[in-house]
Amino acid sequence: MLKEKSRWKKLLSFIQFCFIPLFAFLMIVIIPFISGVFNTFTDFNGIEMTKMVGVENYRKALTDKTFWSTLWLTIQYVLCSVIFTNLIAFLLALLVTSKIKGKHFLRSVFFMPNLIGGVILGFIWQFIFSKFMVYIGDATGIALFQYSWLIDTNKGFWAMVIVSVWQMSGYLMLIYIAGFIGIPKEVLEASSIDGATKIKQLVHIRIPLMIQAFTIAVFLTIKNSFMVYDLNLSLTNGGPYRSTEMITMHIYNEAFLFQAYGTGQAKAVILFVIVAAVAITQVLITKRMEVES
Amino acid sequence: MKSKRLLISTIGVLSAVSFLFPFFIILLNALKNKADIIQYPLAITKDLSFSNYIEAFNEMNYLTSIMNSLLITVSSVIVLIVFTSMLAYYLVRHKTVMTKIIFIVLIASMIIPFQALMIPFVTIYGKLGMLNSRLSLICFYLGFGVSLSTFLFHGFIKTIPTAIDESAMMDGASQFRLFWSIIFPMLKPIASTVAILNVLWIWNDFLLPSLVLFQEARTLPLSTFAFFGKYTSQYGLAMAGLVLSIVPVVIFYLIMQKYIISGVTQGSLK
Repeated sequence: MLKEKSRWKKLLSFIQFCFIPLFAFLMIVIIPFISGVFNTFTDFNGIEMTKMVGVENYRKALTDKTFWSTLWLTIQYVLCSVIFTNLIAFLLALLVTSKIKGKHFLRSVFFMPNLIGGVILGFIWQFIFSKFMVYIGDATGIALFQYSWLIDTNKGFWAMVIVSVWQMSGYLMLIYIAGFIGIPKEVLEASSIDGATKIKQLVHIRIPLMIQAFTIAVFLTIKNSFMVYDLNLSLTNGGPYRSTEMITMHIYNEAFLFQAYGTGQAKAVILFVIVAAVAITQVLITKRMEVES
Repeated sequence: MKSKRLLISTIGVLSAVSFLFPFFIILLNALKNKADIIQYPLAITKDLSFSNYIEAFNEMNYLTSIMNSLLITVSSVIVLIVFTSMLAYYLVRHKTVMTKIIFIVLIASMIIPFQALMIPFVTIYGKLGMLNSRLSLICFYLGFGVSLSTFLFHGFIKTIPTAIDESAMMDGASQFRLFWSIIFPMLKPIASTVAILNVLWIWNDFLLPSLVLFQEARTLPLSTFAFFGKYTSQYGLAMAGLVLSIVPVVIFYLIMQKYIISGVTQGSLK
């Protein structure tokens, strides 16, 4: 009797504390995820399904040339933005932790682009690339700027990279600053007494001691760059001639523009597997580096 | 030494200028007419006027969009904080196989890209007729936001000694009362981190509301997108729209700067 009562009480407190958030999570994340994976094995067309089709959707997805080209473009984009964003973020962090005046002001300025949504940032830069740079090109005769980067199949890609570096580096800078601050002062003092130069100190002591900051920063850049959509939409909208269409935009168009739900969802599942694999590998590798250092 | 310091300051000034330059360009050109923008994008011309701002303000239903964005952001964040702090508390204080599994599933779900959910999401909730409502959007944000917020609260609650719970339990308080009167007030620092991360996410989110909301219930990013699409070639007007849509975030940033920077740092390091 008593036991039953306490079990009832336990259930009640579980419902009180967990039911609503877990129910929302189940309905909004788990069920769509499972139904999405399930639907890739059927002929579901957005309205009804009639039969199982096996791996047909995956076969279609994997033999689609545009899928591979957008995926390859996205991988290049991820690589470039991971490298440049982290490099610049690291240098900015060095700058605002050095003996410079107005550190706080600089830090706020560098972080600012991060507060603004990708759609709006893309529009701002659309004007810069298509009007302002062309104006500079005309005025100075620099060939690089004489035509809008956004109508060039090659430079459009670099326009994306530049804007995403500008957007994200302030955020990663905060992580690197936290990494610098986490290094014990005694270690640095000891090494400078031993005669280590600033550069040597950076390479041999500070960087190895803040590998964790790199783990986090690289992880975030990989994830964010794979998922880029807003910026892609507002800056180039995939153009010219779909030359800057990233994988997420490709999935969106496939599903909602061309109504190909099955292959669209199959591509989304493949994207999920790739992102999960890349992110987990990266975290495992840098974690090992953390342990070693 | 002196020349080195000068060099660092120069780099600092140059990089600050290059980061702010895009904002400066749109701020300035939004005051001009089209001819001046094309001919002198960098110059401060004679006839600057606020007419672009006024027209953009009316055309993009600025106040309505801001109110929509505010309503959705504030309600979602409150709902998220209330429910995920409770969930996290329960998961920390009841160590069973089930709570461990729940926690692992929550963490693992963070890697699922939104694109892998959006197609089934739209078909399921479209069929149920739950799209095109602000209330559903708030529920959706609760569902999508549960994992990260619970994770952040979880990490913080772990550090609160159970002795505090036990002494309150002895006074006969129920777990529910105990949580709200004793534990929740202690969560302030992490709650502000959770709030800031979610505000920035929800306020700026574009893809989810673009799938859920239509027409009159538009949030600010949606109406900016529509406005810009319509007036792309009227540069001054388009830029005034962009400036207007940035203003609320900048004001929020100026007021809350300290909290935003520490909140974002805390949130990403966890």
